[in-house]
Amino acid sequence: MSTLNILLAGFGGQGILFLGKMAAYAGLMDNRQITWLPSYGPEMRGGTANCSVCISDDLIGSPLVINPDILVAMNLPSLEKFIDKVVPGGTVLVDCSIIDKKVHREDINVFYVPATRLAADNGLPGLANMIMLGKMLKETKFCTENALEEALLKCVPPRKADMMELNRKALKIGSEL
Amino acid sequence: MAKVLMKGNEALAEAAIMAGCRHFFGYPITPQTELAAYMAKKMPKIGGVYLQAESEIAAINMVLGASAAGKRAMTSSSSPGISLKSEGISYIAGSDLPAVIVNVQRGGPGLGGIQPSQADYWQATRATGHGDFHLMVYAPSTVQEMTDLVALAFDNADKYRMPVMILSDGMLGQMMEPVELKTANATDCPIEKPWAACGHRNSRPHNVINSLYLTPQALEELVKKRYEKYEVIKKEEQMADEYLTDDADIILVAYGASSRICRTAVNTARKEGIKAGLIRPITLWPYPAKYIEKHIAHAKAFLCVEMSMGQMVDDVRLCVNGRKPVAFYGRTGGIIPAPDEVLNEIRKLTGGVK
Amino acid sequence: MAVVFQKPQALLDVPFTYCPGCTHGIIHRLVAETIDELGIEGHTVGVAPVGCSVMNYNFFACDMVQAPHGRAPAVATGLKRAIPENIVFTYQGDGDLAAIGTAETVHAAVRGENITVVFVNNAIYGMTGGQMAPTSLPNQVTQTTPYGRDTSYSGHPIRVCEMLATLEGTALAQRVSVDNVKNVQNAKKAIKKAFTYQIEKRGFSIVEVLSTCPTNWGLDAQESLQWLRDNMIPYYPLGVYKDVGGTTK
Repeated sequence: MSTLNILLAGFGGQGILFLGKMAAYAGLMDNRQITWLPSYGPEMRGGTANCSVCISDDLIGSPLVINPDILVAMNLPSLEKFIDKVVPGGTVLVDCSIIDKKVHREDINVFYVPATRLAADNGLPGLANMIMLGKMLKETKFCTENALEEALLKCVPPRKADMMELNRKALKIGSEL
Repeated sequence: MAKVLMKGNEALAEAAIMAGCRHFFGYPITPQTELAAYMAKKMPKIGGVYLQAESEIAAINMVLGASAAGKRAMTSSSSPGISLKSEGISYIAGSDLPAVIVNVQRGGPGLGGIQPSQADYWQATRATGHGDFHLMVYAPSTVQEMTDLVALAFDNADKYRMPVMILSDGMLGQMMEPVELKTANATDCPIEKPWAACGHRNSRPHNVINSLYLTPQALEELVKKRYEKYEVIKKEEQMADEYLTDDADIILVAYGASSRICRTAVNTARKEGIKAGLIRPITLWPYPAKYIEKHIAHAKAFLCVEMSMGQMVDDVRLCVNGRKPVAFYGRTGGIIPAPDEVLNEIRKLTGGVK
Repeated sequence: MAVVFQKPQALLDVPFTYCPGCTHGIIHRLVAETIDELGIEGHTVGVAPVGCSVMNYNFFACDMVQAPHGRAPAVATGLKRAIPENIVFTYQGDGDLAAIGTAETVHAAVRGENITVVFVNNAIYGMTGGQMAPTSLPNQVTQTTPYGRDTSYSGHPIRVCEMLATLEGTALAQRVSVDNVKNVQNAKKAIKKAFTYQIEKRGFSIVEVLSTCPTNWGLDAQESLQWLRDNMIPYYPLGVYKDVGGTTK
């Protein structure tokens, strides 16, 4: 299989980089090559955050994702900035509790996920990112389910062990949508 | 040891500690700050020194001091900060002191930008300060290499008593990749340093660390001796990685971040039937001339790709010396070239013919 | 026969290269006597500056490191942090310490860096041939202030001890002179105190020594000492500006 290019984008504070780290670790747990590249510098503090994740069976060239196979958009500027870059046949996940705009491309698969609202409704503040990740797993099978669970063990530090169950719950909500 | 995901900057810092570095002097600058922050967190727990200096100038001179005392010392910065360190690097070279300097390059000149760049090649290989001298320069292209090369950098800095630079960039510094940290020397002074100014303890004549020689003959003699050492290094220490070069018509030459993009472009070109290959210099000084030399006979053309307006291409041309055409493609200002752009250049060189 | 005067052990048996009448020699001797009396030569490392005393690594018997211009306090910081049990001193002139190296000087003091700075203030750049220093006096004629230092144009002289005395990390800031026997004896006491404070880990200590430059002042040795008394001491009053163990002036 060739390289899977994933682009995750949204506001700072939505856990975009963490979402990317989870996806990257899941790839690693599946014994695949991975890269994770964040946007950095003042733009991070100015509001937008995005993160490129590549998962591949071969050595990865550029870790910068220009044309994603998978786009997760968690705010409108991110959707508008990247929607035309998605490869034909690609997958787009839109947090429709934040973005009320529809995607007009016919050649890609778009899923509208009310992740932020679902997180709030289920007492999972700040875990809309994990709901999106659960949905991403279901629709793209970018990693194995077991790898995602192992990634969680790697990414949630022991001092935040209480967060583990909440993250699992959020992933489950996403994967059952 | 299992692979872990780490940012290049943090992995390099951890590897430096594993290589015995216990003295780090820094100053904040994007995109290398994670390296200093990692040191600030770790050093106090292992009895090491992390000190935030008042400037890059002070930081490199603290490295000079710690190294003069015989310790493995390091500093890191990004492009504008390396300009400030140049003075100290020249003194370190002129005093025959080991030191490791990390440059996580960003766009320039001036304050430039903060996105990845390779525009400090000339500075690293030609003129990191005044005078006749060289640094050894290593150019990692993966997070794993960021860690592997730092141990080698410390070892060679000690072995040859000279400053060694890790020339990285914002992309490698900021990105995470799986990395396996290999245990290296755990001591901060793995070899004897009888020259160190560590206090003579009334047991030997005083040691002097110095770069001042007011007699021209004495200075010339010393510099020439240093250049004899450089010749040994040129023979012994050239490093490069080759990819699909054996039968290649078009040989790309690229280091660090841009070499990764070139590898992708080479793969795509091969699928199109173009015999492309890649030489990836790992040492930028000494320049891995012998790796280029062995392909000059069969290659039809060379293509140097950099995240600059064309700096390393000078060295490629010096190696090829007019025997084959050498083309250049670059993006600058913090832009990472896309594999398709490089592929187009490869196609141009082959005249579209397979 | 009792020996009443001899070369300190901490000075090597080589002739100084300083100009006749220059007081660097006296100041070197005071530092060396201090090292001898405290018995610290074996674990002392000195840092030479850029300026007239650049080659003092040829004179002091302890280990020596020559620093880039102005960077001696940063180099000393590296040396001290690497081996904290060593005694580290810098020996710097006014251009080195108070012009190009102001940041390094101030921040070493800010950190309370446990080093000793011997600051030789002769109000001129000596080695380069007599240009204006940050401590050149108002109206002082130098090669680069041929009509006298115009303070409205070139700024005012820096009073280093007064400035550094304001910093928490400074343990000792004292100005002395070596223009007569009594002052030489006081200077010795101050230098010894500064080294002692370092041994006691009390922080940054600086002794500013008013010094002469007969060659570039265009005076003979005697006239130079008189010029120092008449012009420098009134602008740079001698005294203790900060002493964590004593009284602040």
